[in-house]
Amino acid sequence: MPVAATREYVGVPRDVAANFHGKQLVYVSWDRHLLFAAPFLLCVPPEMKFRELLDGPLAMLSQPDPDAAAIDWTQVEWLKSNQPWTPDFGRSLADNGIGHKDQLRFRTQGANTLLTAA
Amino acid sequence: MDMKVSKKKLGLKERYRLMTRDLGWDTTYQPKDKVLPYVGYEGIKIHDWDKWEDPFRLTMDSYWKYQAEKERKFYAIIDAHAQNNGHLNLTDARYLSALKIFLQAISPGEYAAHKGFARVGREFPGVGTQVACQMQAIDEIRHAQTQIHAMSNYNRYYNGFHAFADQRDRIWYTSVARSFFDDAMSAGPFEFMIAIGFSFEYVLTNLLFVPFMSGAAYNGDMATVTFGFSAQSDEARHMTLGLECIKFMLEQDPANVPIVQGWIDKWFWRGFRVLGLVSTMMDYMLPKRVMSWREAWNIYGVENGGALFKDLARYGITPPKGWDDAEKGIDHMSHQFMLGLYQWSFGTAFHSWIPSDEDMAWLSAKYPDTFDKHYRPRWNHIRKLAAAGTPFKNYGLAKLCQTCQLPTVFTEPDDPTLTCHRETTYKGEKYHFCSDGCQHIFDNEPEKYIQAWLPMPQLFQDPIKGDLGEWMKWVSLIDGKDNGDYAGSEDQQHFEAWRGLATTNQ
Ligand SMILES: [Fe+2]
Ligand SMILES: [Fe+2]
Repeated sequence: MPVAATREYVGVPRDVAANFHGKQLVYVSWDRHLLFAAPFLLCVPPEMKFRELLDGPLAMLSQPDPDAAAIDWTQVEWLKSNQPWTPDFGRSLADNGIGHKDQLRFRTQGANTLLTAA
Repeated sequence: MDMKVSKKKLGLKERYRLMTRDLGWDTTYQPKDKVLPYVGYEGIKIHDWDKWEDPFRLTMDSYWKYQAEKERKFYAIIDAHAQNNGHLNLTDARYLSALKIFLQAISPGEYAAHKGFARVGREFPGVGTQVACQMQAIDEIRHAQTQIHAMSNYNRYYNGFHAFADQRDRIWYTSVARSFFDDAMSAGPFEFMIAIGFSFEYVLTNLLFVPFMSGAAYNGDMATVTFGFSAQSDEARHMTLGLECIKFMLEQDPANVPIVQGWIDKWFWRGFRVLGLVSTMMDYMLPKRVMSWREAWNIYGVENGGALFKDLARYGITPPKGWDDAEKGIDHMSHQFMLGLYQWSFGTAFHSWIPSDEDMAWLSAKYPDTFDKHYRPRWNHIRKLAAAGTPFKNYGLAKLCQTCQLPTVFTEPDDPTLTCHRETTYKGEKYHFCSDGCQHIFDNEPEKYIQAWLPMPQLFQDPIKGDLGEWMKWVSLIDGKDNGDYAGSEDQQHFEAWRGLATTNQ
């Protein structure tokens, strides 16, 4: 629906890719591992290899979860924009089709210590 | 002015007529719709502005008299509080976190409400409405002032109070309240009345001010109790006026009903999201708790809200669209939010902490279906990490909701083990939401919400470019003083030392 206004109303988005100095935002979350209160917000270059994303920021950020050390990235299921999706670890984020502000989710099959602790 | 008045005293009704309706005037050299250009574009049809009734029949002269009296009482008590070291009567300095959030997020909202009512007082044609809006504009600026003055005494002794205005503008957790008011102030005058008169005054006042003020009383904060009392009669008037305004719109034309319903749906959900902060203050931040967020919701949300919507049903108004989802979130939201505040506490201008055994026993008694099952294991693990010398800090920052601007901490309404992921693409850009409620609001007016200024993505843009230290300076957050765990903080050390001096012979 258009915004009720006295004349033509056009908004300017505040978070376009051009504002991030060559980087982009990527959101990543580990399904059902809720020690992390919200999906991670990462600001990374689109040329970054997908494997670098996993081994770098994602491995570091996931570490406080007691099951983090047991993640086998080759067995992980991925969702992109809530749809099943398969990344190519050796290729860049851009080549994997990961756009600015895309949300990636991953699911692991192993233990979920904090979910079953009760 | 010296004037001989020989007439006998005017009755209330006549006086109200003379002091309000008689102040009205008709345009002579400009058409009325040019003088009042904003009253039609939202689609609300008003046929007779004289049907607007101020239930209080308050005129400006008596208004000034009442308010001046309240001010005198207020400042007398605030002075006494400051002179008698009132801050040492607090149950515990952890309480101050609730106060800091209030000052940074809510008090600036009072000021925003002031600006909004000053504007709609100019934009509405009816004289009764204009006068009522002007009074509310003055009330709201008084609320902002008295709150700031009441809390300024704490600023002399404790961290986190010194830069509330910068934090209102720039820090992340305040943006839920800031965006609520920005959204209302950039809407037309009728929508503004629903946003503030209905959502803020009616839905939020009960759930925000009542538990907050009782929390202050329970925790020995006389300063806050005093501003609460000083604002109480104003709030009662605002609530009645807000409701009066809704009924006026609904009675004037049946075509107004669906428009008003849409605003009720929207502003209920926006208000409910602001309550995320409140639920956390109630369940986690008050050393001596009044009631749980769940209990407050049952009284003020379910019972009072239910009665309100029953009352509005005769106009064809139904309970807000997000009502059921709200109910499903009640037993989760304070826990989800506090876990977030704790893990991002390097970026908060207040302290958070890991709940003690006693706190957790209280939480599990108040939330028998959710706390032990979902949240205790997480806190236990966080406690283990802290004991091991590796306290949990989540430097991943957070995805924010494009509409309410909170971190997307909430889970699926029917699955508390899965984060709620919602997204849409508009004109080639991706947008994310915390809930269906927030996505609906965006979908109705995407052109408005794409302009949202989201604090976390902003951190990676100019002028900060991702530098956390620079960001702290920019939001006036003093690292190691204002932020982090309460345990070991300056606030804790000072409070304990000063209280020791005041209560022992050491
Ligand atoms: Fe107020
Ligand atoms: Fe939201």
